[in-house]
Amino acid sequence: MGSLFRSEEMALCQLFLQSEAAYACVSELGELGLVQFRDLNPDVNAFQRKFVNEVRRCDEMERKLRYLEKEIKKDGIPMLDTGESPEAPQPREMIDLEATFEKLENELREVNQNAEALKRNFLELTELKHILRKTQVFFDEQEGGVNHTTESMTRALITDEARTAGASMGPVQLGYMDKSNEREDYLPCFVAGVILRERLPAFERMLWRACRGNVFLRQAMIETPLEDPTNGDQVHKSVFIIFFQGDQLKTRVKKICEGFRATLYPCPEAPADRREMAMGVMTRIEDLNTVLGQTQDHRHRVLVAAAKNLKNWFVKVRKIKAIYHTLNLFNLDVTQKCLIAECWVPLLDIETIQLALRRGTERSGSSVPPILNRMQTFENPPTYNRTNKFTKAFQALIDAYGVASYREMNPAPYTIITFPFLFAVMFGDLGHGALMALFGLWMIRKEKGLAAQKTDNEIWNIFFGGRYIIFLMGAFSMYTGLIYNDIFSKSLNIFGSHWRLSYNTSTVMENKLLQLNPNSTDYVGDPYPFGLDPIWQVATSNKIIFHNGYKMKISIIFGVIHMIFGVIMSWHNHTYFRNRLSLIYEFIPQLVFLVLLFFYLVLLMFIKWNRYAATNPMPYSESCAPSILITFIDMVLFNTPKTPPTGCEVYMFWGQSFIQTVFVLVALACIPVMLLGKPWKIMQARKLANEEVQPIAGATSDAEIGGNSNGGSHGGAGAGGHHDEEEMSEIFIHQGIHTIEYVLGSVSHTASYLRLWALSLAHAQLAEVLWTMVLSIGLKQEGWLGGVILTFVFAFWAVLTVGILVLMEGLSAFLHTLRLHWVEFQSKFYMGQGYAFLPFSFDAIIENGGASSSEAE
Amino acid sequence: MKICGPKLSLCGLIISVWGIVQLVLMGVFFYINSVALIEDLPLEEEYHTLEAFYTAANRAYNQNAYNCWIAACIYVLTLLLSAQQFYMNSRVTAN
Repeated sequence: MGSLFRSEEMALCQLFLQSEAAYACVSELGELGLVQFRDLNPDVNAFQRKFVNEVRRCDEMERKLRYLEKEIKKDGIPMLDTGESPEAPQPREMIDLEATFEKLENELREVNQNAEALKRNFLELTELKHILRKTQVFFDEQEGGVNHTTESMTRALITDEARTAGASMGPVQLGYMDKSNEREDYLPCFVAGVILRERLPAFERMLWRACRGNVFLRQAMIETPLEDPTNGDQVHKSVFIIFFQGDQLKTRVKKICEGFRATLYPCPEAPADRREMAMGVMTRIEDLNTVLGQTQDHRHRVLVAAAKNLKNWFVKVRKIKAIYHTLNLFNLDVTQKCLIAECWVPLLDIETIQLALRRGTERSGSSVPPILNRMQTFENPPTYNRTNKFTKAFQALIDAYGVASYREMNPAPYTIITFPFLFAVMFGDLGHGALMALFGLWMIRKEKGLAAQKTDNEIWNIFFGGRYIIFLMGAFSMYTGLIYNDIFSKSLNIFGSHWRLSYNTSTVMENKLLQLNPNSTDYVGDPYPFGLDPIWQVATSNKIIFHNGYKMKISIIFGVIHMIFGVIMSWHNHTYFRNRLSLIYEFIPQLVFLVLLFFYLVLLMFIKWNRYAATNPMPYSESCAPSILITFIDMVLFNTPKTPPTGCEVYMFWGQSFIQTVFVLVALACIPVMLLGKPWKIMQARKLANEEVQPIAGATSDAEIGGNSNGGSHGGAGAGGHHDEEEMSEIFIHQGIHTIEYVLGSVSHTASYLRLWALSLAHAQLAEVLWTMVLSIGLKQEGWLGGVILTFVFAFWAVLTVGILVLMEGLSAFLHTLRLHWVEFQSKFYMGQGYAFLPFSFDAIIENGGASSSEAE
Repeated sequence: MKICGPKLSLCGLIISVWGIVQLVLMGVFFYINSVALIEDLPLEEEYHTLEAFYTAANRAYNQNAYNCWIAACIYVLTLLLSAQQFYMNSRVTAN
C-alpha cells in the first residue's frame, strides 16, 4: 500500500560512530533530515554533557551575530540572503569564525562608544547653542522693556543705585556683579539650562512654592527635537532661565534643577561674551559634525561588510550548534573510541542514510565505517507521513486534530477530495467560488516568488500555506455553484428553461400569483440538463421551499455516505492490525446499524424521488408522496402511520412495513453485540489461558489476547505484546463508552450533517440580500447619471462581497467542514494517538531561526 | 506623479478588472432582456396594459444596459489610473 494511506514503517536503529567521524556523519545526516535521534542520557544535566563547551561557544557566537544583525537593522542596510545553505564547517574552522566575530563585535562596540560620546558632546553643544540664542531673546526683551513701558517693573527689582553703578552695561545688570560694589540684597542672579518639556510645568510649580514666588522664570521651547545619545530617541526640550536674588535662593534653585534633571549651562552676562561664546559653540559644532560623519561612515562600512556574510554565518553557526547538541544526546563507549546513538529511521530510507554515513566517514578521513544496526523494540514508533507541497496542507489539517497512531489509516488522502467538496456544498456560488479559486491560483502560480519573501504576517502565512486547499475549495464551489445555478445570487439560463408559460394575457393581468403546473404543458417533461432549472430564480414565493427540500436531502445523503465510508476505513484498520475481535464485534454491527437505519433513510429518499411524480396516476401522484421524516420516525418508534388521503397508499412499496420492522429490530440487536461481544470473548480467552498449562499458553492465545485486549490503542501489532493486561471491568467500561458514543453519535452526527443544508441556504440568502440591498440601488437609478452612481455602488458591493461573503462566510464554511471531518468522519476510525516524527534536519532548524535548537537546550 | 500607495492602487486594479468584466456582461444581459434581472429594473408596481408594461420594461432594460456599460467605461479609466499608480509604486520600491 502506498505511503500516503499509512505512515511510513519505522525502525529503531543503533548507530556506532567513531569519535573522529561522528561530527562529519551527524552533519551529513542533518543535511539529509531523515533521522530522529533519541536522548540516551536523559537524566544527565545539560551542563554535564560532553560537548557543553562547544554548544556554549556557539551560543556566544550566535549572540554576537544577533548583536550585529540588530545594528545592521538599525542602520537599514539590506542583508544579502542568497537562500543557499553552506555546509557545516569543520570543527577547526570554528576558531576562525570566533575570531572574526570577536573582532567585528569589538570594533563595532568601540565605534558605538565613540559615537555615543561624540553625540553626548554634540547634544550639550546644541543645547548650549539654543540657550544662548533663546536667552538672547529674554535679555533683549528686558532691555527693550526698560527703555519703554515696563520701566516701573524693572525699578521694583533694581534700584537706582544699581542701575547707575552698572551703567556701562546697560540699564539692567544681570548675573553676578562685582560684589564689593553692590548691596547683596539687590544682586540679581540667574541660571540658565534646558529641561525636558514634559517636566516643565511641575518644575515651575516647584520653583514657585520652594522659593515662595521670589524667583522669576522664563522659558522657551526648542522647536527641533534633540536626539538622546543613550538610546537614540528624539526628545523635546525647553530652555529656561531663572532670575533670583541672593545665595540662599541660588542653592535652592540649583537643588531643584538637579532634582528635575535639568542641565545647567554657564551663560555669560555680557552680550559681547555671549556672542563670542555662541561663535565658539558654532565652530565646535561644525567640527563635531565632521567627526561624527566620519564615525558614522566607518560604522556603515563595517556593517555593510558584515551584512554580506551575516546570513551565511548564521547558518554555519546554527549548524555547528545543532551538531554538537545532537552529539550530546549520544552515549559514550567505555573505551571512549566511539559514540553510540539510537535513532528512528524510515525503513525505506536506510540505504540513503547508510550512503550519507559513508560520505561523512570519507570526509573525516576515518578508516572505520560506521555501523547502523536495527534493534527490536516494543515502543511505539513515531508517525511519519511523507508529504509534498500539495498534500502538506491537508496532512496539517489532520495532524491538528491528532497525529495518527503508528501505521493507522491516514485520512489525509480522502480529505483532499471530501474537504473541498463538503466546503463547496456550503459555499455553492459560481461567482464567489471563482474569486476564491483565482486567489488560490494566483498564489500557486507565484509560489516561488511568494515563498522567497518570508513575512511574519500570520494571516498571510496561513493563506499561503493553504493555497492548494483554497484553490480546490474555490474550484469545487464553482461546480456546486453551477449545480445550484447561483452566481452572485442570480441564475444562468444556459440550456433554456424546461418550463413554459401557457397562461393567456388576461389571466396574467388579473392574477397576483400564478403557478406553473408540472402536470401540464407548462413543464416540458424532462428536467433541465445540468443543475437547478433557472426558472426557480423568478419563482419568488416558493424558491426557498424548493431549495430547502433539495439541500436538506442532499446534505443527509452526503453525510450518511461520508460516515459509512468512515466505518469502512475502520475495517482497513482492523484487518491491518489483525484485530479479529474488533472486526467481528465492532465493525460489522456498526456497519449494519448505520446501513439499516440511516442508509435506508437515504434509500427512501431515492425511492420517493423515483416513484412519485405529478404526471403519475393516483397512488403515485405528487399529492400522495409521503414525508420521509415522518416515515422514519414512525419506523423507529413502531408507530402505525396515519391514514393517507383517499386514493393514496401509506407505504411506498410492497412489504415496506415488514422490512422496516425487521431493520429496526436487527439494528437494535446490533447494540448488545457491540456492547458485550468483544469483552465477553476476551474474558473467555483469558479463562482458557489460565486453565491451560503455562508454556503452551504463551505461543498462540496470549499473543492474540495481547494484541486484542488493548482495545483503546490499536497502537500496533508489535507494541501490544508485553504490557500488563487491562482489567476486565475497565474493558467493559471502555466498550460501553464506545458503544454509547457510536449509537448516539450516529444519530447526532447524521443531524450534524444538516449544517451543510443550513449554511448553503444562509449563504445563498446572504448573497441575495447583498444584491438587492446594495447593487440593486445602483441599477435602479433612472437616467444617464445612473452609470456614474452604479460605478460607486458596484465598488461598495464588490468590497462587501469579498469581505462578508467570501472571507467571513468562507471562514465559517471552512470551520464547519473541518468539524465535519474531525468529529463526524474521523470518529468512526481514527485514533490519533501517535506522535510525530521529528527528524534532525538542518533545514527545519534554520527555518525556525534556531528556535528549536535553543529551545532544546 | 504618485497619488495612492501600493495597496490602494492594487485594490483599485482588482476592483476595476472585476468591474469591467462583470458590468460588461451584465450590460449584455440587460440588453438581451434577461428575465433574471427584471427585479433590478426601475419599474412601477403595476401597469394597466400589457403594451405599457412592455414599452416601460424595454426602455428600462436598454437604459440599464447603457448604464452598465457607462460604469464599465469608468472602470476602464480607473483601471488605467490604478495601473499607472501601481507602476509608479513598483518602480519606487524597485529603486
